Amino acid sequence: MLSTYRYPKFEYRCPAEIGQRSSRRVVVVGAGPVGLATAVDLAQQGCDVLLLDDDNTVSVGSRGLCYAKRALEILDRLGAGQMVVDKGVSWNVGRTFNRNDEVYSFNLSPEPDHERPGMINLQQYYLEEFLLKRANALPNLEIRWQNKVVAVDAREADSTITVETADGNYMLDVEWLIVGDGARSGVRRLLGLDIEGRVFQDRFLIADVVMKADFPAERWFWFDPPFHPNQSVLLHREADNVWRIDFQLGWDADPEEEKKPEKVIPRIKAMLGEQHEFDLEWVSVYTFQCRRMKSFRHHRIFFVGDAAHQVSPFGARGANSGLQDSDNLAWKLKLVIDGHAPERLLESYNEERAYAADENIMNSTRSTDFITPKSAVSKLFRNSVLDLARQYRFARALVNSGRLSVPSFLYMSSLNTPDQEPFSGKMIPGAPMDDAPVSDQGQHGWLLRHVANQFIVLLYADREPPADALITDIKACRIRGIGLTPIVIAANATVAAACTDSIKVLIDLKSRFKERYDAEQGTAYLVRPDQHIAARWRKPTVDALRAALARATCN
Amino acid sequence: MPLITEPNFKDLEKPVFREFSPGDDFYEALIQTHEGLTDAQSHELNAKLVLFLSNHIGDLRILREAFRLARESVMPS
Repeated sequence: MLSTYRYPKFEYRCPAEIGQRSSRRVVVVGAGPVGLATAVDLAQQGCDVLLLDDDNTVSVGSRGLCYAKRALEILDRLGAGQMVVDKGVSWNVGRTFNRNDEVYSFNLSPEPDHERPGMINLQQYYLEEFLLKRANALPNLEIRWQNKVVAVDAREADSTITVETADGNYMLDVEWLIVGDGARSGVRRLLGLDIEGRVFQDRFLIADVVMKADFPAERWFWFDPPFHPNQSVLLHREADNVWRIDFQLGWDADPEEEKKPEKVIPRIKAMLGEQHEFDLEWVSVYTFQCRRMKSFRHHRIFFVGDAAHQVSPFGARGANSGLQDSDNLAWKLKLVIDGHAPERLLESYNEERAYAADENIMNSTRSTDFITPKSAVSKLFRNSVLDLARQYRFARALVNSGRLSVPSFLYMSSLNTPDQEPFSGKMIPGAPMDDAPVSDQGQHGWLLRHVANQFIVLLYADREPPADALITDIKACRIRGIGLTPIVIAANATVAAACTDSIKVLIDLKSRFKERYDAEQGTAYLVRPDQHIAARWRKPTVDALRAALARATCN
Repeated sequence: MPLITEPNFKDLEKPVFREFSPGDDFYEALIQTHEGLTDAQSHELNAKLVLFLSNHIGDLRILREAFRLARESVMPS
C-alpha cells in the first residue's frame, strides 16, 4: 500500500520516578485529539500538565476525518486552527444520491460572514501532529510516550495511578485525572465503570485511496448505488489527494476477508470506473455503537471524548464532540484548581456534556436507522422518502444521510441566567456564540478571536458609547478573584471613536453582531471562556452582571 | 389552501435550534410506532393512520390532491 504520510516515532524516555511514588496535580491519559486538546488548553492557561500515552506515534490510518466549524473555533483558541485549515480540505456542500439520481443537497454554511467554514476534512494524524506542535511549545506540558496506566485507585479527593514502562512501573498520586484514552478506554475498564447503549449489527469498510481526481470537494452519499446495490456508500476528499470511501457491508461480511486488496480494489473500480487510477493507502472494517457513561465524572476523574461517549460515524460527531468536551472542562477545572470556584462547578461539566452526548447519540442513531433500516416497513418508508425527495421539498428535508456535527445549545444549563427581557434570534443563554466580522483598530478580524479564555462582557454601542460608570464598575467587579473584561461592539467608526481609550472597541463591520445577537443600544452579553452565552440584558447593571457571573461559576 | 409539500413539521413543546429537528423527531416517532409489529400489522397500522389523519385534515380537496400525488408517484400516469 502507498503512503502519503510518514508516521513520526516519538522517543520514549525512562521516567525518573521508576519504582517510586510521587504526586502530580493534573494528569491527562491519552494523546489522541481530545486528550491533546485538553492538555494544551490547561497548559496554556498556566497549569502544569503531564500527558501519558501508551503508544509512540499519532493515529494510524486516517480515522477521524471531518472537523466542524465549532471544532475549528476551539482549535483556534488552542493555536492549532490555522494549521488544520491550511492543510485540510474545506467543504460546505453535501450531495445525496438514491441509485443514480441526486435527491438532496445541503450547504453547511448557508450564512455568510463566519471566519471558519462548515467543515474541514483532514486525516486524524495531521490533527494530532498539529496539536503536538502546540503541546511541544508549552514548557509546562510534559508528554510521556509508551507510559501505560495499568492500575487506578480513585478516592474522593485524589487518585493513585500505576504507570507501566519498559523500565518498570511507577506510581503517581494525582489530584485531577482527565481520561481521554478512547472508545476502549483502559482507565474506564480499570475502574469498572459501565458504558451503556446500543450496538449496531452492521459492518462498514473504510478505504483511503490516493488518486488524482477532479471530483469537487463535497461529501457524496449514495443509497443503493448500482455499483454497490442495497447498501450505502460515502465519499469524502482528504488532504494529499487522499479520498475516503466508506462501503456498508452488512453484518454477515467477514471483516478479515473484506480487508484484502483483491476484495477491496474491485469494489472501488466498480465505483470510480476504470479511467481513475488509484492506490490503496489504508483499509479497515469497523462496527460501531452508540453509548455513553452514566456520569463523565468519577470523584476527581473526568472522562472526555470517546472514552465517555461513542456515536455512529454518520454526522462526524465523535472527535468534534470530544473537542467540545475539552473546551467545556478546561476553564472550569482551571477555576477550581486556582480556588476561584467551588468543586461544584465541575458537576456542570457532566450536566452540559452529557446533555450534548445524548443529542449526538440521538442524531447519529437516527441517521443510522435511516441509512440502514431495521425492518421491512422502516425500509419502505425510507425508500418512499427517497423517491418523493426527487420532487417534493418536504421529503428532501427528511432524507437523513448524517446530520453533521453542530454544537449543542446548552439552554438547560444551570450556569445560565434566564432572560428577563425579550430577545429574538438564536443567541440565547447557553448558545455557542455566532461569529461576526469585526475590526480592531483598523485591523479586520473576527469576533470569536477576541472573546476567549475569560469572562467577557460585550457592550453594544449603536449610537453612543456605554456609560463610563458602567465600564468602571465592570472592570472593578470581582468574584472570588474572577474578573470581567468589557469589550464595546460599536455600530460604526464614529461611535467607536467616541469611546474612551481605556476599553477595547470592536467595530461591527457588516452589522452581523447587531443582527445575530439582536443587539440594540445598551444591549450586553456575558460570555463564558468557552464562547458560550451565560446571560444577556437590554439594560445591564453591574449587580445583574455580578449575579450572572456568580451563577456561571457556582459562586 | 393547496396541499403543503414544503417542509411543515413543527414542535411547539420544546425549543428548536436546528431546522432538521422537527422532521427527524417525526420520522423517529413514526418508525417507533411500528416497532415489534409483523409486516401485516404494520400494513394495517398504516391504513389506520391514513384514516385518522384524513379525518383530521377533513378538507376533501386537500385529501384528493394528496391521494392523486401519492398514486402518481407509485404509478406514473
